[in-house]
Amino acid sequence: MSATLSAPRKWRKPPLIKNPFLRWSLLLGSLAYLLLAVGSLEVNWSRVYEGLDRGGRFILAFTHPDFISRWSDIYDGMMESVIMTITSTAAGIIISIPIGLGAARNIAPLPVYIICRGIIAVSRALHEIIVAILMVAIFGFGPLAGFITLSFATIGFLSKLLAEDIEDTDRSQAEAIKATGAAWLQWINYGIQPQVMPRLIGLSMYRLDINFRESAILGLVGAGGIGATLNTAFDRYEFDTAAAIIIIIITIVMCLEYLSGVIRAKVQ
Amino acid sequence: MLKLNQLTKRYATGDLALKAVDVEIPKGQVVALIGPSGAGKSTLIRCINRLVEPTSGGVDLNGKELTKLGSGALRQARRRMGMIFQEYALVERLTVMENVLSGRLGYVGFWRSFLRRYPQSAVDEAFRLLERVGLDHMADKRADELSGGQRQRVGIARALIQDPELLLVDEPTASLDPKTSRQIMRLICELCAERDLAAIINIHDVALAQMFVQRVIGLRFGEVVYDGPPNELTPDTLTQIYGEEDWEATIEKVDEEEVVTPEEGAVA
Repeated sequence: MSATLSAPRKWRKPPLIKNPFLRWSLLLGSLAYLLLAVGSLEVNWSRVYEGLDRGGRFILAFTHPDFISRWSDIYDGMMESVIMTITSTAAGIIISIPIGLGAARNIAPLPVYIICRGIIAVSRALHEIIVAILMVAIFGFGPLAGFITLSFATIGFLSKLLAEDIEDTDRSQAEAIKATGAAWLQWINYGIQPQVMPRLIGLSMYRLDINFRESAILGLVGAGGIGATLNTAFDRYEFDTAAAIIIIIITIVMCLEYLSGVIRAKVQ
Repeated sequence: MLKLNQLTKRYATGDLALKAVDVEIPKGQVVALIGPSGAGKSTLIRCINRLVEPTSGGVDLNGKELTKLGSGALRQARRRMGMIFQEYALVERLTVMENVLSGRLGYVGFWRSFLRRYPQSAVDEAFRLLERVGLDHMADKRADELSGGQRQRVGIARALIQDPELLLVDEPTASLDPKTSRQIMRLICELCAERDLAAIINIHDVALAQMFVQRVIGLRFGEVVYDGPPNELTPDTLTQIYGEEDWEATIEKVDEEEVVTPEEGAVA
């Protein structure tokens, strides 16, 4: 018991980076970079001052949004956006499921895995706007370009996350189904699907939400939807109409958010 | 009925899990497979239904060489080998009934299993088995709502509805309390006797094994070091299997406990 009599042993959490020189130089380096970066920003204060006035008018427009005078434009744009969102999400989900299965290393053979991961990588590498510009060039202006763009983006998002969820499934449950003599599809249906279903539903709802918001942007490059209406309203300095459109977008996104919460709670 | 010839498994890591194991098991015999963790018990039973592919050697089930089968024939052969797992390996988000019926997957087509339209004979058999294990009132409960003992009973029903000739049982009591462990072991052994089934039971609890089985095989480092009746296990043989330890208490004769009815067991 002599050890208890000696001085208490000190303990500190070991630092993340062992080498003190490296640790401090990284810290000081990032600080210096941050200062230089802020210093390099050129701010035209007089332009900011002019803009303040317009910004103020835009914010004030939210107190009297104008749903009426451009209602038919808003209605058409909104319907286009909603249809684009729902169809592209549905198409995206249907295509994502086989690709997601193929991109899960624990159930797919290596060649299939590489092909499916490749498709996902291509889909994720290109931002929606770039795809939309390309699609508008191919299919012309209108919602078809938007539909294809969003379906394409959905595949990258959903397949990747679905594949990762499949890779995280409990092996023993799938093994037990395999041991009964089940065929491959039965094995997926009984051993894998029940384990990933809640996440697949949650992700699909989330993607529906994302696709709606994206559909509002795609109008800016001519791929149809409410974005085009919003852009026109800004071009005409009709801030009250723009405010009305933004309020509608916010409302719909909030409804989707609430809906996805309810659905996810139900499927757990 | 089951004959293992020089069965050998070397994992990709280079570990030799089974070293030329020769075992023959006649119809209706229940065998306990004991041995320290890592001795190759799990590998041995998984090599029989080829959830793990043996490296060399043969597995002969009623005159059929299992190691040579193609994937379709292997699925057919798996139907006749029921498997019971350590952590039950029920599909947690499926109901008790779906879990039991999944034992019939090898016998029904994809659409029938997908739509859960099983033949009436299978449904009758499922209810009969659930009644036998004391869980017929739980048919529509989700598997993750059940207690450990109840889950293992469902696992047993799933294995038996396959109409197996052989049961492969991997640590059936490892996550159960002592009383439930005995009930589960008794249930497995009773069912084997009723149906004249052979069974290989991996088990850590030597005393429990001695209470129920007709034959014990001791495995160490992938080799059979003991094969004989349970009452001939001596401290020396246990030392040979597990290594040096005081074994007197382990092989003390355990009193047969009171007979528990299935109804009582279901509550446990």
